[in-house]
Amino acid sequence: MDPTALNSGDTAWMLTSTALVMLMTVPGVALYYGGLVKKENVLNTLFMSLIAFSITSVIWVIYAYQLAFGTDVGGLIGNGANLFFSGISSTTLAPLAPTIPITIYAAFELVFAAITVALISGAVVGRMKFKAWLAFVPLWITIVYVPISHWVWGGGWLAKLGALDFAGGTVVHLDCGIAALVLCIYLGSRKDIRLLPHNLGYSVIGAALLWFGWFGFNAGSALAAGGLASSAFLATNTATAAGMISWMIIDIIKTGKPTVLGAITGAVCGLVAITPACGYVTVTGALIIGFATSFFSYYAMTWLKPRFGYDDSLDVFAVHGISGLWGALATGLFAAPFINSLGVGLFYGNPMQMVWQLIDIGTVVVWSGGWTLVLAYVLDKTIGLRVEQEEENEGLDITLHEESGYRI
Amino acid sequence: MKEITAIIRPDKLEVVKNALQEIKCNGVTVTEVKGRGRQLGVTESYRGRDYKVDLLPKTRLEIIVNDKDADDVIDTILKTAQTGDIGDGKIFISPVEDVVRIRTGERGEKAV
Ligand SMILES: Nc1ncnc2c1ncn2[C@@H]1O[C@H](COP(=O)(O)OP(=O)(O)OP(=O)(O)O)[C@@H](O)[C@H]1O
Ligand SMILES: [Mg+2]
Repeated sequence: MDPTALNSGDTAWMLTSTALVMLMTVPGVALYYGGLVKKENVLNTLFMSLIAFSITSVIWVIYAYQLAFGTDVGGLIGNGANLFFSGISSTTLAPLAPTIPITIYAAFELVFAAITVALISGAVVGRMKFKAWLAFVPLWITIVYVPISHWVWGGGWLAKLGALDFAGGTVVHLDCGIAALVLCIYLGSRKDIRLLPHNLGYSVIGAALLWFGWFGFNAGSALAAGGLASSAFLATNTATAAGMISWMIIDIIKTGKPTVLGAITGAVCGLVAITPACGYVTVTGALIIGFATSFFSYYAMTWLKPRFGYDDSLDVFAVHGISGLWGALATGLFAAPFINSLGVGLFYGNPMQMVWQLIDIGTVVVWSGGWTLVLAYVLDKTIGLRVEQEEENEGLDITLHEESGYRI
Repeated sequence: MKEITAIIRPDKLEVVKNALQEIKCNGVTVTEVKGRGRQLGVTESYRGRDYKVDLLPKTRLEIIVNDKDADDVIDTILKTAQTGDIGDGKIFISPVEDVVRIRTGERGEKAV
């Protein structure tokens, strides 16, 4: 098979994967978060994900894709050619995945960008001005996500260095987790910080859609329909299931009772942790990664958060930041050359891989954390970041949108 | 005349209503309320943290009856709403001075 000619099997899989990943945000993340908040904030919470998807979709085709995935300039950024997709025909192949059209490659990368920024909303629900969110989304995508995705996936300097991130442990999850932490600290705590889900059933549906869509996210990141996608698919499911089971065990040990919220949280932690590793590790690796990750995220939620007193409303940092961090490190440990010749981890005789992983992690933490802080400051001084105390008390559905989620 | 206010379990509303209808006690006002009794609610646990949920959903029935029917109504509610477990609720009984039926202007026992 010609590796630089359009392959209809690959193209069909990437079309499917892209639609699957779309489902993760709309309505996956929206429902997952929406069910966890109080009922007076359900619409605002859903809306933050919905609008993040639309805003990202528009800026992506105008300029963001071209900067993230255009021809590399000095390892730092894409060249920005073909703004508005002008000059690109339906038969143009993707330079970075030459068996599929560039249009579906761009759409696939778009749904990743959209979910990354949508995930941040979980940390700030219940108190962030919607107008500030409308400005935050395009700015954050442009300033934080575009460069990082270029460095790791667009042929930039981290890719050249050898950092491994198959589907976004650092680009997506550590990235959004750090941004979420910074933004929620900047915003300050809500008056009522209790996590009392108003409709846990929504969250179960949302988490299930995440799991389902994640097959596109991870197996789609092979950018081809073949053995590597299949291997990533199985690793993803394995780690997710292991994450759910280990969280349930922690719950039983700690409180004596298994909880549904714990189970779906563990599953999402498993999904996050396997994301950077799924195209490099064995099934055994996936089991260990998934099983261990719930412990780290549980600890971050129940110890780190109260200890430092930040109000990460829906634990975006604990789930995505910490499990993403673990996944990125675990990739450096467990990457097996017989799964993917591009990745040789510490356990297969390549200790240097850990160094590349640490550089990747450090870069994402600094870039995402630093710029998110700058953005938060600028938006706070201009639009204002936080709603009035009265609006927070009454709930944002009525006060910001003049709607309510329930008429019963 | 007496006002009988019963706080019952929401899922008992149907059987209580039906039983009251059988003894020809038709008039009733129903509201969804929240309340707490001696046990101060229940504990819920989310992501490793415990929360005391002290207000539980209950259903309140308000029934005004003539003095002679009061015991019947109370017995009926007691029989149908009781499960024997904590949280079954309470019945409060108080005297009513007067009743006016708005359509006809009747007052007192006739108006009930
Ligand atoms: N003293 C009271 N005053 C007003 N309302 C009450 C009182 N006691 C109970 N209620 C109402 O009745 C509901 C049910 O009370 P509950 O049956 O739990 O009472 P309890 O005294 O705790 O009895 P049990 O031990 O059977 O649970 C409460 O949620 C509250 O709405
Ligand atoms: Mg009680």
